[in-house]
Amino acid sequence: MKHEIVEKNVGLLAVLILVVISFGGLAEVVPLFFQKQTTEPVEGLRPLTALELEGRDIYRREGCVGCHSQMVRPFRAETERYGHYNVAGEQVYEYNFLWGSKRTGPDLARVGGRYSDDWHRAHMYNPRDVVPESIMPAYPWLFERTLDGEATPRKMRVLRQLGVPYTDEDIANATAEVRGQQEITALVAYLQQLGTVLEGTR
Amino acid sequence: MNNLWGDSLSSFWSAWIIVVTLGTIALSVWILLANRRTDKTPDADGNIETTGHAADGIEEYDNPLPQWWFKLFILTVVFALGYLVLYPGLGNYAGILGWSQESQWEEEVADAEDRFTPIFAQYQEVPIPDLAQDAEAMQVAERIFLNNCAVCHGSNAQGGYGFPNLTDDDWLYGGEPENILTTLNNGRNGLMPSWQQLGENNIENLTQYVLSLSGEEHDAERAASGESTFLAACAACHTPSGTGNIALGAPNLTDDVWLYLAPGQGVDDSIRQTLRNGRNGHMPAQAAYIGEERVHLVAAYVYSLRFND
Repeated sequence: MKHEIVEKNVGLLAVLILVVISFGGLAEVVPLFFQKQTTEPVEGLRPLTALELEGRDIYRREGCVGCHSQMVRPFRAETERYGHYNVAGEQVYEYNFLWGSKRTGPDLARVGGRYSDDWHRAHMYNPRDVVPESIMPAYPWLFERTLDGEATPRKMRVLRQLGVPYTDEDIANATAEVRGQQEITALVAYLQQLGTVLEGTR
Repeated sequence: MNNLWGDSLSSFWSAWIIVVTLGTIALSVWILLANRRTDKTPDADGNIETTGHAADGIEEYDNPLPQWWFKLFILTVVFALGYLVLYPGLGNYAGILGWSQESQWEEEVADAEDRFTPIFAQYQEVPIPDLAQDAEAMQVAERIFLNNCAVCHGSNAQGGYGFPNLTDDDWLYGGEPENILTTLNNGRNGLMPSWQQLGENNIENLTQYVLSLSGEEHDAERAASGESTFLAACAACHTPSGTGNIALGAPNLTDDVWLYLAPGQGVDDSIRQTLRNGRNGHMPAQAAYIGEERVHLVAAYVYSLRFND
């Protein structure tokens, strides 16, 4: 092909650039959509309950992902501290992923059950009360605000379209489950289930 | 449990990856070679043929790619091919080194086990009261404590609001080695029910009675009328004398240790709050997180705290 033709046709140039940069994705990303480990849930994985789902949205709203990763990598130093490394099958109901890319605070992929609910509440109200050297911000408003659950069924319906197996019953009861709950309760419920599906996390 | 890299790709997707990967490399090499013009030499008059592009009278030469750049490009291709031979990159082909992220992790873990298991096994055999006197073991144990326990119990182990102080001699579940081991291995769930249904008057009487048990300032008249309620409602767990029961984790009410005394709060206020709303203490089980060998060490560390001033 004559170089000149490519250089003088912006449309053709754009198409060819797209072709070139898509090779990496074609080799590395596309096959994952057809692989069992990435598309099928690990045994025991369940969708988040309505309350946990609202907690997850609070986690996103407050930007927790900016300082906390949810990705334990397969290095001994990490598995020693946090537990079993992440596997793809744990994340098949995750929309969007909250893997994060920065650890100002510790990784939270397996924080579920690690501390008591009361600890989380105290910690979120003012981290310094339980960890004097902590630099985490306090989130006192989570204790004042309550959920109305109006949007919860809609969120669950959208997730169901994406492949999360919510039943009609889950969706019908969603509003009742979260209405009137403090935001902190939802957030703690979300945190307490994180990474608990894999047995023997060490 | 599925493995991160356990299942292999279907042969179609394996072939797909191989074709796309090698094809991209081949395409790059072809583009490189196809555009490598090295045959432009000056003609008899010393003029060199240009690309024909001209702007403001400045013409563009069509020189070959610089040698260093060309060779670097070839080197990257050689590197890529070498990498693909040695490491897993082409579909299901595992590479002649047999390396995988998972096997690297397993190796790291096995190495660490080899190094640390004998040390922990040696400590495991020492009874907790003796181990608590071993300064070196306690240094190791302190690190484990700081990493796993200090988050709730504080780096000085003195606890906080709702988190027990481990340095005093007051134990909700007992302070003997086997009690501490059970607490660490299996966790604890302390449940104080709410007594809202008794009504505010009874709660106030009970509060005054509980205050009287530890010799705090109290209203004697109300305390006296609270006693019968205490014996009916509270004595089952806290015992009739109020000294508590380590089998249930029911606190001793006759000492001056108050787990739920917020900073600046009066003891009476804390007791009222407990009676109205109940309390829920939860110590997560640690065996699954740090393993029994480390639990043994931490138990000895907690045991050793009583020897400090």
